[in-house]
Amino acid sequence: MTDTLLTVDDLCVEIPTRRGILKPVDHVSLTIARGEILGVVGESGAGKSMTGNAVIGLLDPPAHISGGQIHLNGRRIDNLSRDKMRRVRGKEIGMVFQDPLTSLNPLLPIGDQLTETITEHLGVTQAEARKRAIAALEEVGIPAAKSRIDSYPHEFSGGMRQRVVIALALCAEPDLVIADEPTTALDVSVQAQIISLLKRLCRERGTGVMLVTHDMGVIAEASDRVAVMYAGRLAEIGPVRQVLTEPQHPYTAGLMGSTPGASLGRKRLNQIPGTMPGLSAVPDGCAYNPRCPRAEAKCRAEPRPPMTNGAACWFPGEVKI
Amino acid sequence: MLAYIIQRVVQSVVVLLLVGLVAFSMFRFVGDPIDNMLGQERTGADIERLRGQLGLDQPFPVQYYKFLEGAVQGNFGVSYRQGRPVSEIIAERAPATLELAAVSGVLAIAFGIALGVFTAIRRNGIASHVIMATSLIGVSLPTFLIGILLIYLFAVELGWLPSFGRGEVVDLGWWTTGFLTASGLKALILPAITLGLYQMTLIMRLVRSEMLEVLRQDYIRFARARGLRDRSVYFRHALKNTMVPVITVVGLQLGAIIAFAIITETVFQWPGVGLLFINAIQFVDIPVMAAYLMLISVMFVGINLIVDLLYYFIDPRLRVDRGAAAK
Repeated sequence: MTDTLLTVDDLCVEIPTRRGILKPVDHVSLTIARGEILGVVGESGAGKSMTGNAVIGLLDPPAHISGGQIHLNGRRIDNLSRDKMRRVRGKEIGMVFQDPLTSLNPLLPIGDQLTETITEHLGVTQAEARKRAIAALEEVGIPAAKSRIDSYPHEFSGGMRQRVVIALALCAEPDLVIADEPTTALDVSVQAQIISLLKRLCRERGTGVMLVTHDMGVIAEASDRVAVMYAGRLAEIGPVRQVLTEPQHPYTAGLMGSTPGASLGRKRLNQIPGTMPGLSAVPDGCAYNPRCPRAEAKCRAEPRPPMTNGAACWFPGEVKI
Repeated sequence: MLAYIIQRVVQSVVVLLLVGLVAFSMFRFVGDPIDNMLGQERTGADIERLRGQLGLDQPFPVQYYKFLEGAVQGNFGVSYRQGRPVSEIIAERAPATLELAAVSGVLAIAFGIALGVFTAIRRNGIASHVIMATSLIGVSLPTFLIGILLIYLFAVELGWLPSFGRGEVVDLGWWTTGFLTASGLKALILPAITLGLYQMTLIMRLVRSEMLEVLRQDYIRFARARGLRDRSVYFRHALKNTMVPVITVVGLQLGAIIAFAIITETVFQWPGVGLLFINAIQFVDIPVMAAYLMLISVMFVGINLIVDLLYYFIDPRLRVDRGAAAK
C-alpha cells in the first residue's frame, strides 16, 4: 500500500437547506492504492454515492465540499477551477453509473460518444480515435465491435450497454474509476460478468477503483479493501476478509448478520432494530448508538468515537456476528 | 420507412379532401354570389346566363368534382370582385406573405432556441429572470396590440421605420421581393417582429423547460463525468434531445405564422394573401376565400408531414427497421 493513488482526508460535504445544514458526508478519510479496488458499502443515504461524486467533482448544487482535502496522484483536486476539474474527469478519474439504460445518450451512436471522449482527452485524430474506440469495445467484450460501433444505445441489451459504459469510462485511460452501483440495475446473471470484467480491466491497467454498492456479495467478490459508511460517517475500513469475517464495528457486525449467504443454510437472518437516522436527525455522539447492542452512556455523551483498529467505535470487536 | 411515408401522405390527402369540402360548401351556403355580382337592374335572363357561366346550375356532386379538378391544377375559378383568375391574384400576393412569414419564422426559431438554451443554462441568473418575465408579456399580449404599440413607438414617435406597406419591391418576373431594397427591408422589420414575437416566446419557454428536463438526465451527468466541454454537453448532448417536442411545436407554429399573418397584415396594411382574404370576406368573394383556405391547409399539412419525417432523422429509436437486430 505504498503507492497511494487517491487520498481523501477528513472530507465533509454540506447541503444548506431552509431547516439547517445537512451533512451527507461527515469527516470521511480513506485511501486507494494504484490497482486497488476499494468497496464502499452502506444503506441508501449513508453517503457512499455523495463521497464518489465529491471525488469526481460532480456534486449537484447546493451540495458542496465544506472541508477536508482530496489528493489524486499527489495533486490536490478538490479546489481546482471548473475547467481544470473538467480535464481531470474522464482523463484521470472515470465514472460508471448505476443504470446503463439511461447513462448513454440515446441519439448518438456509441462510437461518437467514445471518440468525442478520446479526442477530448488524448488529442488524437478522428481516425485514430475511432481505432481506439473499436479496441476499447473489443476489450470490454462487445462482439463484432467494428460493425457495432455505429449502433445506437437502444440496439444493445442492458448488460452490453453497461459494457459500453465501462468502455467509455476507461477509454481515456484514467488512473481511478468510480463505479457507482454498477450492477444494481442488471440481471443477476449479468452482474457477475460485469464485476469480473471491471476487475480484470483494472488489474491489467493498474487502475484504482472505488466500488460503491450496497451488495455485500459484490464487495466480497471484487474488492481488496472495504469501507463501511453509516449516516454520512465512516464506520469501519479495512481489508475485505478481515471486515467480513471479524468486523470491529457493531454496525458492520449487524450488517453481516443480516446478509443472506449461500452457505448459511436455514439459519435465521438477524435484523438491526430501527432505521438509519435521516440527515437532519443524526444523534449526538456515535451516530449508531440508538441501534447499537453495545451502547453505553459514553457513546451518547462523548463526541464521535475515534478510529480504533479501523473502526469508529469505543468498543471495537466486542460485538460478534 | 416507405410504408410510413405512404401512410402519412394518404392521411394528408384525406385531410385536404375534407378541407376542400368545407371550402366548397361556402359556395352553396354563404349567400348567392349572383346577387352581389349583378347590380339592381338585372333580368332573369342575365341571372341564368351568369349562373350557367359559373357552373352554378349543375348538381352539387358535379360542382364539387369540378372544384376539386380545378383545385388540383391550381385553378380556383375567377374572383367575383376582380374578374381575374384567383390563382393569378394569389400568386401576385403570395411573395409578400411568404417573405414576411419566413423572416418572422427565422427570427422566432433563432431567438427562441438561443434564449431558451441560455435561460436554461443560467437558470438562476438575473438576465434569465428578466428574459422570462419579459416573455410573459410576449405570450399574453394580443398580436394586433403589439403591432399598434410598435407602430406608435417606432413609426409615430421615433419616426425610424415605416408604419405600413412593403416599401419598394423588386420584380423578378415570377416573384416580387422586398429583400433587395433598403425601404423594403425597413418595412419588413416591424411586421416581422409583430408576427414572430408570440411564436418566439412560445419556442423559448418550450426549449427552456425541455432543456431543464434533459439536463437532469443521467447521460448528461455521464457526459460531464467524461470531462466533455460545456459547449459539447449543452449543444451536442442536451439540445439534440430537446428537439423532438420542439420540432413538433415549431412545425405547428410555422403554420400559425402564416395563418396569423391575417392580423399582422391588416394592422400594417401588408399587401399579402391575409389582407386579400380579409377583403374577400368583406365582398363575399368566395373563390378567393376558398382558395385561401385550401392554400393554408396545404401548408399546414405539408409542414406536418415534414415534421413527422424529421423525427426520423433526429431519433434513431423510431427507425425500427434497423434496430431489429439488437433485441
